[in-house]
This record gives sequence, C-alpha cells and structure tokens, in this order.
Amino acid sequence: MRRAVLALLFLLAGQAQALEPGELLADPALEARARAISKELRCLVCQNQSIDDSNADLARDLRRIVRERLEAGDSDAAVIGFVTARYGDFVLLKPPFKPETWALWLGPPAVLVIGGIAWLAFVRRRGAAGAAPLTPEEERRVATLLDRSK
Amino acid sequence: MRLRAIVPAVLFAALAAVFGFYLMEIGRGKDVSAVPSALIGKPAPAFALPPLDGRTDGFASTDLGGKPALVNVFASWCLPCRAEHPLLLRLAKDGVAVFGIDVKDKPEQVGAYLAELGNPYARIGADRDGRVVIDWGVYGYPETFVVDRGGVIRYRHVGPLMDYDLDHTIRPLLAQLAK
Repeated sequence: MRRAVLALLFLLAGQAQALEPGELLADPALEARARAISKELRCLVCQNQSIDDSNADLARDLRRIVRERLEAGDSDAAVIGFVTARYGDFVLLKPPFKPETWALWLGPPAVLVIGGIAWLAFVRRRGAAGAAPLTPEEERRVATLLDRSK
Repeated sequence: MRLRAIVPAVLFAALAAVFGFYLMEIGRGKDVSAVPSALIGKPAPAFALPPLDGRTDGFASTDLGGKPALVNVFASWCLPCRAEHPLLLRLAKDGVAVFGIDVKDKPEQVGAYLAELGNPYARIGADRDGRVVIDWGVYGYPETFVVDRGGVIRYRHVGPLMDYDLDHTIRPLLAQLAK
C-alpha cells in the first residue's frame, strides 16, 4: 500500500510544471504558441531539458523573452530566430538539416544501410556455400543411427 | 582476404584514436558540455549598463574597440568566479583591458566581493535582470569573451579560466589581436 502511494506520488510529481502562474500570457492563443515554442528550445543550463520543462533561471528568463516577443507581434519563426541568433542552433532540440548537420541526420541511416548490406552479403555467402554432401562413410553412420532409433 | 582480416583492427584503432583524443582533452580540463558561441566573428551586442551602486563607471558597448579586451561575466554569488578572480587580477596587472558584467547581483554583496578579492575591471556594468548577458548568449557563470580592436567577438570561454587557458588560448589570442 505504501509503495502504491509512493508510486502515485512520483507519477504526480512528473506532472509538476516549471512554468509559474505569473508567467502565463492572458491571451490563450498566444500562450499556446509560447508553450509550443518553449518545448522546442533547449535549456543550455541543463541541456537535456526544454526551457518549458526547466526550473533554471536562464530557462525562466528565456520563457519570458519568448512571451514578450510574441506579445510584440513576432512570428514563431522570428522568436526562434531571436534565440538562435544568441545561442546558436544548439538551442534547437530538433536540429535543422544543413551541411553542418548532415552527418548527424544521415549518419544513423547510413550505418543501418552499411550494416544491412554487410549482413545480406554474409547471409548470401553462407547460403551459397551450403552444406557439403555426405560422404559414403557418413551415409553408413546415419543409416546405423536411424536403425538403432527404431 | 588478408586485407579483410585487418579491417576490424583498423576500425578499432580509429575509434580508439577518437576516444583517446577526447579523453586527453577532458584530462586537460576541457568542458565537453560547453556550447560554441553563436556570436564568434560578430560585433558585440549593443548595450549600455549602469554602474554598480557607489561607483560611476558603467559599461557600454561603446567602451569596446580600439584595443583588444576581455569581457568577463561574473557575479558575487558565483563560486567559480571567485576561483578565476586571481587570474583576472594578473591579466589586468599585465595591462590587459578587462571589463566586467555583474549579473543579477545585490549591490552590497558585489561591493563586498570586490573589496575582498580586489578589482581587476577597467569598467563594470550592472546587469540587474540578466537581459544584456542573454544578448551575449551567456548560459553559465563565469564566461569570458575576447573582443578585438574592431569590437568583434573572437572567442568565448565558458566556466572559470585556468592557467592552461590563459597560457594556451587567451594570451596568444590577445597577442595576435594586438598586432
């Protein structure tokens, strides 16, 4: 029972938000856009959290900036551009596809393809070689063994 | 056939070389989580920060340029800043222009900090809400930027400066920029 309660508490704790009530915008449409943008931006202090999830000071400052820019009438792309101009592409949790990131995006599929080809070659070679036919000596042994099992 | 036998060995050696290289870098104190600055090669952002309480010298982007300089982002609440402070004092003593941006600090605390440790800064700007340092792309404390004669950012160091950084990066770069 105590374990169940604990598990439940941990589950609920996961729902807690970094966002503070005072940060929310009055306009729900703008606020929804701010949330969506915040989820795409990496918090550079914790690096594996978005600024929407992070309690870090910098994340809070950036959430405010995102909302200020939206209220000032910026498009989503302009807000993201404002942040990447200062912090680089690394702040984007989904990195853009460009020459510097080709290895990042194409590396894993390339490794998969190379591995697949190697595996196919291996399987085909093994299949082609097949099992050698039995020698007369082996045939006799098989016959004896089968006889014995009768 | 022979060739095929050495392929795994070559792959292993290549991987070992890559990992070994990074391990050595880490051993020398490289912070592998440090993010390259998006501002390298760009002019320092425009800003004008007020002075700390009880002082008259604020720090503005117009103070940069003319000669290579360091811009050091610090705070009295930042422990690693304390660790690198003696190095900044040494640089200042050697005639390097070191500017400071003090972030989200309480006036009496930063006053006590500088009184205790000494003041290496030619000018200090107080960034009370931390908005100017966001224009600099700052995410950790301390951070140190090298700005050239034209006011262009040439280098950014995240975390406390160590002797190794001073000798191998900062001083050579300053010397090169002074030419």
